Amino acid sequence: MFLSPIRYNRMPIVLEAWESASSDNRIKPSSEDRAFRWITGISASSILLLMAGLIIVMLFYSHLALREFGFGFLFSDEWNPITQKFGALSSIYGTIISTVIAMLIAMPMGLAVALFLTEWSTPKAESFFGTAIELLAAIPSIIYGMWGLFVFAPFMADYVQPLVNQYLGFIPLFQGPPMGIGMLTTGIILALMILPFISSVSRDVFKMVPPVLKESAYGLGSTNWEVTKNVTMPYALQGIIGAGFLGLGRALGETMAVTFVIGNSHRISASLFQTGNSIASTLANEFTEASEPIYLHSLVALGFVLLLITVITQLAAQLWLRHVVKKAGGR
Amino acid sequence: MQSSSLKTRMATDRLIKVIAVLSALIGLLALVWILVTVVGKGIGALDFKFFTELPTPPGMIGGGLVNAIVGTIIMTILAALIAIPIGLLAGTYLAEIGKGSRLADIIRMVNNILIGVPSIIVGIFVYALLVIPMRSFSGYAGAAALAVIMLPIVVRTTEDMLTLVPDSLRESALALGVSRWRTTFDVVFRAAKQGLMTGVLLAVARVSGETAPLLFTALNSAYWFDSLKEPVANLTVTIFNYAMSPYSDWQQKAWGASLLITMGVLFLTITARLIMKKQRKQA
Repeated sequence: MFLSPIRYNRMPIVLEAWESASSDNRIKPSSEDRAFRWITGISASSILLLMAGLIIVMLFYSHLALREFGFGFLFSDEWNPITQKFGALSSIYGTIISTVIAMLIAMPMGLAVALFLTEWSTPKAESFFGTAIELLAAIPSIIYGMWGLFVFAPFMADYVQPLVNQYLGFIPLFQGPPMGIGMLTTGIILALMILPFISSVSRDVFKMVPPVLKESAYGLGSTNWEVTKNVTMPYALQGIIGAGFLGLGRALGETMAVTFVIGNSHRISASLFQTGNSIASTLANEFTEASEPIYLHSLVALGFVLLLITVITQLAAQLWLRHVVKKAGGR
Repeated sequence: MQSSSLKTRMATDRLIKVIAVLSALIGLLALVWILVTVVGKGIGALDFKFFTELPTPPGMIGGGLVNAIVGTIIMTILAALIAIPIGLLAGTYLAEIGKGSRLADIIRMVNNILIGVPSIIVGIFVYALLVIPMRSFSGYAGAAALAVIMLPIVVRTTEDMLTLVPDSLRESALALGVSRWRTTFDVVFRAAKQGLMTGVLLAVARVSGETAPLLFTALNSAYWFDSLKEPVANLTVTIFNYAMSPYSDWQQKAWGASLLITMGVLFLTITARLIMKKQRKQA
């Protein structure tokens, strides 16, 4: 339940009366109550301050790079600390590609898991598998990195990549030496990391589907899958999209796991077997090495791009889910 | 779909169910695979020295990570001391005082966005805010970065938990003439106590496994720290550095540290879940 951003709000009547009574001049709230309001209010406002500070500080420490390279920063794949020419393209490319792979795997899997949990499992199995998959979200990112680099990447190199290469090697995506590390491995690990977020939110929205709708379809002789395909999924579609946004936001900013397995090279290659980098992994690797101001500002500019991407994704997810809950009657 | 025969319909149905069960099994398998790996490779590194001695110079065998263990604990506690009080108060505002107001709506939305801000960005933010002016990587900066990550999580869970408290409780207290703040702290907080503890534990669990925000704030160190004004050793960045090193003894240590962190985080998470479950049963 902690993974789900869905919530419901309404104001109880008596409290509303209390609010209007205390805003009435004749009944003044006690000084303690006023202090209580101020202290909690200021604490809550610190959230706004933090967000604003985050954006201002990132802009301030990237202005050199933004002024020097302008919009070209986004479209240049040159990253050369020696000649001091910096462009974000290869990092942005890696971020997007690894995220796309992760989403392509985690979306259907997350939905399948949610369906299994809500529709087709016994309460005991639901609680067992549900807990196990949510624990995937508790494992720290760096542990995924360790496991990814030392266990999963060799597994990919020894078993998966040669096999894929043999049967699908005619596609440029799957050409190249099976090194284990690289885009594909990164995407798969990211998929595991965001799976619990997608399945957890989907599970919540599936549970919001009124049973009477499903029962009617069963009554007409539908199979389980037909009910799912024609009733549950369409009804929950918007919530599912919200779940996708949430997973997307997670995958985009994931740092340590990616840094371990993506290979960290500033290049764009067609093959998913090749190494690359992402915005977050570039930051993790190079930030403490940035000696020149323009280098540091370029890195912060890179971070600013990532911040913008994630804020926009999160905002879209929030607005979308709010719209969905409202439409569903905001129980 | 009505045109296809019953046989194909049943077959499709079964196929999809198999896929769903397989997906759940893959998730479970991944969890087990990771845990077995971490335990199998890490357990050998956890000897008495690991918990009592300082790291050895590069390439030398032996030593331990006592400074990193202590560093991680101290920075996590400090972060919790900053983030929990502010987070509880802010969550209280959203659930009790500002509920339904436009400001609370905006704060709630911004808070949810903050939860989604990548932790490495928070690292850069604190680097610019504290490390550059102080001219040194420091334990304070590390703790601050962790606190920034923790705060929105605490706010979110606090609000969720307080919202679960039935309004009849608030109304009875207010009807008795109890002031608003006493109602909140003596009635609502007491009713939500277990939920709040769950939220706080989950936030601590999340933060204690973080690496990215510490990379450019606390940095890491092979020595004891005399104060939090200097770089402070910590387990997660040590894992990163040691894992990337060519020394097998260090890699072994990295696995030991991984095991320690994983166990710590899972322990906190599972404890939090058990508290939750107990409360749900009572309710």
